[in-house]
Order: sequence, then C-alpha cells, then structure tokens
Amino acid sequence: MTEPRELPALLEVWEPVIGLEVHVQLATASKIFSPSAIAFGAPPNSLTDPLVLGLPGTLPVFNQAVLQLALKLGIATSSQIRAKSRFARKHYFYPDLPKGYQISQFDEPLCENGHLDVIIGGALKRVKLQRIHLEEDAGKTTHVGVSSHVDLNRAGVPLVEVVTAPEIGSVEEAGEFMRSLHRLVRWLEISEADMEKGQLRCDANVSVRLRGEDRLGTRTELKNINSFRFVEHAIESEIVRQIRILEAGGRITRETRLWDAERGQSQPMRSKEEANDYRYFPDPDLPPLVVDGAIMGSILRTLPELPSVRFDRYQRIHGLTPGDARTLVSERALADFFDATAAIHPGDRSGRIIANWVLTELLGALHAGGIPIARSPISPATLSALIALVESGTISGKIGKEIFEESYRTGEAPAAIVERRGLQQISDTAVLWEIINRVVAASPKQAEAYTVGGKDGLFGFFVGAVMKETQGRANPVITSDLLRKRLGR
Amino acid sequence: MSSASSASPGPAAFWSVADTARRIAAGEITATQVVEAALARIQAIDGELGAFLAVDAEGARAAAAEVDHRRAANVPQGPLAGVPIALKDVLVTRGLATTAGSKILHGWVPPYDAHVVGQLRAAGAVIVGKLNCDEFAMGSSTENSAYQPTRNPWDPSRVPGGSSGGSSAAVAAGLCAASLGTDTGGSIRQPAAFCGVVGMKPTYGRVSRWGVVAFASSLDQVGPLTRSVADAALVLQAIAGFDPRDSTSLDAPVPVFADALTGEVRGLRVGLPQEYFEAMDDDVRAALARTAAALVERGAELVDLSLPHTALALPAYYLVAPAEASSNLARYDGVRYGQRTDAPDLLDMYARTRGAGFGTEVKRRIMLGTYVLRAGYYDAYYKKAQQVRTLIKRDFDRAFRYCDVLLTPTTPTPAFRFGAKATPVEMYQADVFTLSCNLAGLPGISVPCGLTGDGLPIGAQLLGRPLDEATLLRAGGVIEAAVGLGDRHPPGPPGPPGPPVIGGGG
Repeated sequence: MTEPRELPALLEVWEPVIGLEVHVQLATASKIFSPSAIAFGAPPNSLTDPLVLGLPGTLPVFNQAVLQLALKLGIATSSQIRAKSRFARKHYFYPDLPKGYQISQFDEPLCENGHLDVIIGGALKRVKLQRIHLEEDAGKTTHVGVSSHVDLNRAGVPLVEVVTAPEIGSVEEAGEFMRSLHRLVRWLEISEADMEKGQLRCDANVSVRLRGEDRLGTRTELKNINSFRFVEHAIESEIVRQIRILEAGGRITRETRLWDAERGQSQPMRSKEEANDYRYFPDPDLPPLVVDGAIMGSILRTLPELPSVRFDRYQRIHGLTPGDARTLVSERALADFFDATAAIHPGDRSGRIIANWVLTELLGALHAGGIPIARSPISPATLSALIALVESGTISGKIGKEIFEESYRTGEAPAAIVERRGLQQISDTAVLWEIINRVVAASPKQAEAYTVGGKDGLFGFFVGAVMKETQGRANPVITSDLLRKRLGR
Repeated sequence: MSSASSASPGPAAFWSVADTARRIAAGEITATQVVEAALARIQAIDGELGAFLAVDAEGARAAAAEVDHRRAANVPQGPLAGVPIALKDVLVTRGLATTAGSKILHGWVPPYDAHVVGQLRAAGAVIVGKLNCDEFAMGSSTENSAYQPTRNPWDPSRVPGGSSGGSSAAVAAGLCAASLGTDTGGSIRQPAAFCGVVGMKPTYGRVSRWGVVAFASSLDQVGPLTRSVADAALVLQAIAGFDPRDSTSLDAPVPVFADALTGEVRGLRVGLPQEYFEAMDDDVRAALARTAAALVERGAELVDLSLPHTALALPAYYLVAPAEASSNLARYDGVRYGQRTDAPDLLDMYARTRGAGFGTEVKRRIMLGTYVLRAGYYDAYYKKAQQVRTLIKRDFDRAFRYCDVLLTPTTPTPAFRFGAKATPVEMYQADVFTLSCNLAGLPGISVPCGLTGDGLPIGAQLLGRPLDEATLLRAGGVIEAAVGLGDRHPPGPPGPPGPPVIGGGG
C-alpha cells in the first residue's frame, strides 16, 4: 500500500506519464454483429445465438445502430472520422472468445486525433485521444474451484475503445479523465457506463521518468481497473512501485499487470515475451464501414451541447462559480433543467440565483426522496415563477423556501399557494408602521433599554416581534428601516 | 435428355432435374418412389463409391411424403419439388450431422440450416444426405477426408477430384439428381471435370455463405454440380440471390437462368488466354480444340489474348487461402462443440484437441496461414497477395473488353490415381487453371467436353464477367450439345433399376 504522503515528495523528482485505454459498452438493444439481445444480469448463456456461440458457418452483420452511437462520441471529441474504416480480426485463444478472434479495428479505426476537455481545478484541460475504435466484447469466464464457467451473454456486446495519447501527467488528471468520459458518454446517451456492471472499463499504461527527461520510461500496462476509486489508487500504486525500483537502481520490466482491488496491489500477468501475436488482418466477412454525409448530418443535427462547452458558458454568460458550473454539468438532465429555467426566467441576471435554487433546494429535495432530476415534481416553469415572486418582493426568501417545499409536495403553483395562504410580503409602509407602533408599545421596557440603554441586541427582538405579528410576511428591509425610525436610532 | 425406357442401369437414376420435377408434378411418379429409388441406389452402389458421409433416409422420406401430400392436396409446389439433392458436408444442416470432412466436428449436429439449404427446401428439393469432401474443403482429390476415400465412378482407381469429390461422384453415378459443392480455388469445377458433370462457381456474393463452414471467406462460394447445364441453371436459380445474413452477399437482380439457354452463340466473343494453354495433356488439348472449333462453327468468334498475371495466382492463393483458413479454423477449440481431448490445463486441452482433431493438410495450412499473418509480415505476404489479386482482376477486366467469355481447360489432366500427387505442391498445381477465378471473384463453369482415350472425362472451363452467369450457361449449353457426353454415363456397377414409371412415361 502507498503511504498517503509519500507520492507528493516523490513527484518533485519524478514525473509520471499515463495513457489510458477505456472500453465503453454501447447501449444498443442487440449485439454488434448479430440480432441477439443485450441485457445485464440475464441467466448465463441465455443471450446467445449461433453467431455469438461461434458456430461453424455463421457470419457477422454489422448493426448500424452501433455506428450512430460511436459517431456521437467521435464528433463530441472532435475526432477525425474515417469515411471508410475497417474491421480486423484480432486472434487469441480463450474459452470466452468463441471464434478464436475478436472483431475489432486495427490500422483503419473509425476515429482518430480527437480530444476530451476535462475539468481540473475549475479549469478545462485538454487530453488528446489517439483513436476511438469499434469492437465486440468477449464473454465472461469465472473460475469456481477446479472448473471454469463461460458465460457468452456479454460476447458480441458493442464496445468503443478510447485510447488517449500517453500524455496524462498526474493521477488526478487520469481520474478526472475517467469521470469526464463517463459523464460525456452518459450525456450523449450512448452508454449507461456503469463501472460496476463492466460497462466502462479502464486499462492504464504507466511509466515514470525524471523531471526534465525527454525520453519515456519503460511502461507497464495495468488491467482490470473497474471503479473510479481504483483508477487513481491503482495508478498511484504503480507509480510508487516503479519509482522505488528505479531509485533502488533497478529496471522496469515491460509487462501487463493485473490490479487486485482487494489487496490494493497489482500482480504481473504476462511479460512482453509472452505477449500474444494477434495476427491482425482485415475481416473478409465484413465490407468497409462507410460513414456518409447523411449519417454525419443527422448526428450533427441531434448532438447536444457538450458538458465542457456548458461549463464554460455557465461561467461566462450566467456568472456562475466554477464549482456550481461543474456540479450542474455533472448530469445532462440537471444542466438541461437549469437551462430550461434560465430560458423561461425574465431578465438575464438571475443565473446565480437560479443555480442556487436548483443546486440547494431542488437537488436537496430530490436526493432526500431518491428521485432523479428527470422526474422532478417541480418544473422549470414552476421554479422560475417561484424565484420571480422572491425577486419581485412579493414574498421573502424564507417564505419562498416554504412555498418551494409545499409546491414540491403538492404540485400547487407557487402564486396560488401565496394567494391561498395570504403569504404576500407586506411592503406597505403604512401597514407596517401601524404594526411597529403596536409592537413597540407592547414592550416599553425593551424599547427603553434599546433606545436609552444602548442595548443593540434588542433590535432583533423587535424585528422578530414584527415577523411574528405578520407570520413572516413583513418586508425585512422596510421593517428594519421603519423600526430604526420608530425607536429613534 | 433422358428417355423413360426401363433398360438397365435404370435411366431414372440419370433423369434430369427438370424431368424429375416434371414427372412428379404430372403424377407419372411419386416423390416417394423417386426418393426410394435414390436411397436404394445409394445403398447398392455407395459402399464401393464412398460419396456419402451420411444418408438421411428418414428426413428424405418425410420430405418426399410432404411433396406427395401437397400434390394430392393441390398445394402449389416449388420448382424442385421431389428432386433428390445431396449436399457437400461443409453445408450446415439443421438436425443433420455436419462434419466438413473433419474429425474435429465429429458428432456435431447443427441447430440451423445454411441459407442454400433453406432455399433448396423452400423449392421443394428432397435432401438425401451429406457428401464427402476434403477436410474443411482443403484438397483436390477428396483424399484429405478424415472419414473415407471417394472413388471416381468412371474409374475406381482414380480420385473424383476435390474438394467437392463426393458431390461430383454422387451426381456422376446417378445417386441424386444434383448436388451442391463449394468452390474456393476450383473445388466445384475440378471435380466436375474429373467426373464428367457440370459444375458452376457463381460470382462471389451471388450465393449466400450463411451456413457454409468457412475455409477462405474471401474466396468461398457455393454452387451446383449437375448432369446438365440446364440443371445447373435450375439449381442455381434456387440458391442465388441477396441474403442480409451475409454481408458479402450481392444485392443484385437475379435473372431467370433457364432463359439463358438459347442454344445460340452467334457473335459471342470467346477469349482464349494463352497462359492457360501452355502445359496440359494432349487429350485435354485436343478436346479443347474441338470445343473451340464447335463454338466457331456455331457463329462464335475466337479472340486470342493474354492474362499476364496468371502465374502469380497460385502463390497468391496459397497466401490468402491459408491465412483466412488459419483464422476461420481458430474456433475449433473443443470448448463448445465437436471433439475435445481433455487435458489438465487449458493450453494443453487446445493443443491435444486440435492435434487430434485436424488432419495433416489442415494443420499444414493453419501453420502456413499463421506464419503469413504474424506481426511484421502482414505487408510482405497477405497484403502483397491482395495486391496481386487486384492485378489479376485487372487482367480479367481488360480481357472482358475484348471478349464475352474466356474458354480454358478446367484441369491440365483428367482424374489422377489415388496417391498420385506425392507432394502438397504437386496437388496444389492440379488447380492451376481454376484459382484465378476465385481470386477475381468471377463466375466460372466446367462443362464436359469429351473423354480421353482411356475413357476419362475432360472439362472445358468458361469464365465470365461478374454476375454474368447467364452467358456462361448459354455458351456451356452449346458446348454440351456439341461435344458433351450425351447419354454416356460412368460404366460402374448397374445398381438397381430405376423407379417404376406410372403411365409408361414418355
């Protein structure tokens, strides 16, 4: 295990270089090359057909729905899209790989040279992507005692593999990249990206070098990183392992290591010498994958504004803090809710106030009830109407929160609640003056202690008394004003 | 073409596809009688011949009974209703064991039908059984079958050709009206030539490969073996056409092939590529000369031309085909189906299963293909071979500017004796005239064009433009009429007489 404070000291001398290979399962109804259905948690081998089983004579037919989803990611990462990409066979023997090869893409991938902007410390940092290619998932092997069980339900599930340039310079950046990619694929609605279900999986290539050094050190590949927490933990532990070896005068072996989350360390899986020769060649059963202008056009027309763009816009146009902007873009439905509210709301200076209501009152209530934002009982129009009541001084902020709760609970319109319960703020000076006179007259000792005795703390007592008298409806600013006049200081 | 006389050896055994279907439709004979006669003939002759790996008597009887039942009920039937057809054992058949001639698939019963099998069933054909072939269609003599040799009906000391040797022998010996084979480098046309039958390899993509146990995916194609060109047209009609389950299937209109058989070749430009007339037996050369002359007599025009990259076809083929085969055969790992040889660990299980399950030639090609595809050598071998394919294709494109079909011998020699090809390379050279057609994806047909002095059949090959099977059938029909075998059938054992003919026939 890594000592928590060990890494920062080591990183003054050493620089880590990280590249990530992330597999994302695409949320299609059927598999990438066959009509077999896809579902998580189905009984073993129930989601198969002759092709998925690799039976003799079966042939793959590409599921065009996969292309739509992959292109969304390609375009969202500003990748170059190949008009003609190619599927290739990648050969290795394993019981959960029914054909003895995986259909993947090799030297002609769908997407190249893209980038993903990740939010680090309130600013955007650009991570370059070497490629995004399509491939089929393998099945799953579990070892029980001396026997092994193969489940081919996952075999043939469509994947995109996103490969970053080996330019990620810190553990934090690697973790943020994973979170940003996770957010993006959910934002684009191309994957559920649930790491626990294996819908998002990460392999990391890690090397270290002395700061100022140009050449890359020998890298190792970490496999089986299957939670966000482990991404950072596994990479950090590997960086420390490598630095320790190098500082002791040793050399790094180029190898693949398997991350063991339970023990919090990685174990060598295979060395470069044992590495598979995948014998890639273009799959003769599949024609080139063609992307024409019509497909590109249809995707460009329907592509949502990206989270990194909104993060920027929320700060520039709506004046939000980086923290609020970041929270809003953590989920597309949440950001959409904010945008819908801001679009309805009169004027364009209320961004911060709207964000505040969305992030505090609304999210608080939703979280408490375990309700997703998409099923919020309060609509953007309702929230805007409520905020407008506060902004116009019709009700106080405090009453506003009460009305929010009631409207959230009952669905009644805020204005109707105000009307029915008579909660309009009292700003009429004549009315307030009369109430203040009554309150002061009722507490002569306190009035004297304040006015003559100089007990400043008693001012709050009178404000409270006025609020009590008006059930909180008194306009607090006007009330304070009038109270000072009445009490003479 | 056949007469309905009841003379030995049973002319019904040699009835054409069209004739059989017509007689059944007309009620001259029942489908059940036809299939019983075929089963009896298989029973009598095939012990010696070795064409069948499995005879599905039960399935065939049920299918025939269904045809008879439908006829009695006046339900419209397909064009092949009641016609007994057998299948090369690389075609997957639901509920009927499929071995591809290999031990490794021993005992595997497929849960689905190949596209072509479904098409034949839909047309009313009666599937009588599965036919022997070289293991995974790798070979030119059917000697590589893991199960049995198949003899040439014209001379039992000789091979029937390969890899569709069971398909050619069964049709030549009159055990079925037609068969299907597959052709990756000549595996339909070469055995057809050796057995004196018609064999057609359609354009790549014309017939779906769904359910064809893959040998070399970019070359494999299914086609008919029949006793006449007209029959080839009928069977091709039933199996050709777009299939969305095969991504390499061509979505092109399918003409009525029977309409192509006009008997007319006036003005047809027949190309004679000089590279195909360099080395061959004298008998073959003479038969081809007679064939060319017959075409000229009927108004065709001969064009001498050159396909300069022909010599590269054999080496290119033996890079592409083994490379794809090594990949396609990776799935035979003993995990899910077929034979497994158990071992204490996984790698050992793979090695023992594949070691015991595959024969020598298959192993040779897997090793060759694995070598060809290894990292760093792809460009030098597979990619280079694909570039050669492009050159070969261009040769043909250019040739077809000057001619409409190409005429060549199908093979340089007639059928050879068992064990005659001592080395693999000698065996590979038996396919020298048929490989280019697969590399270029063109249609080709072999039509009998006479016998050698020893009474062995000789085949003339026609190659055509992509999707132009019609012209091949037209010219093939003329060759058949002019220099074909006529009513000559293999001398072989007579076998039982044909089925009784209701109403005397005609």
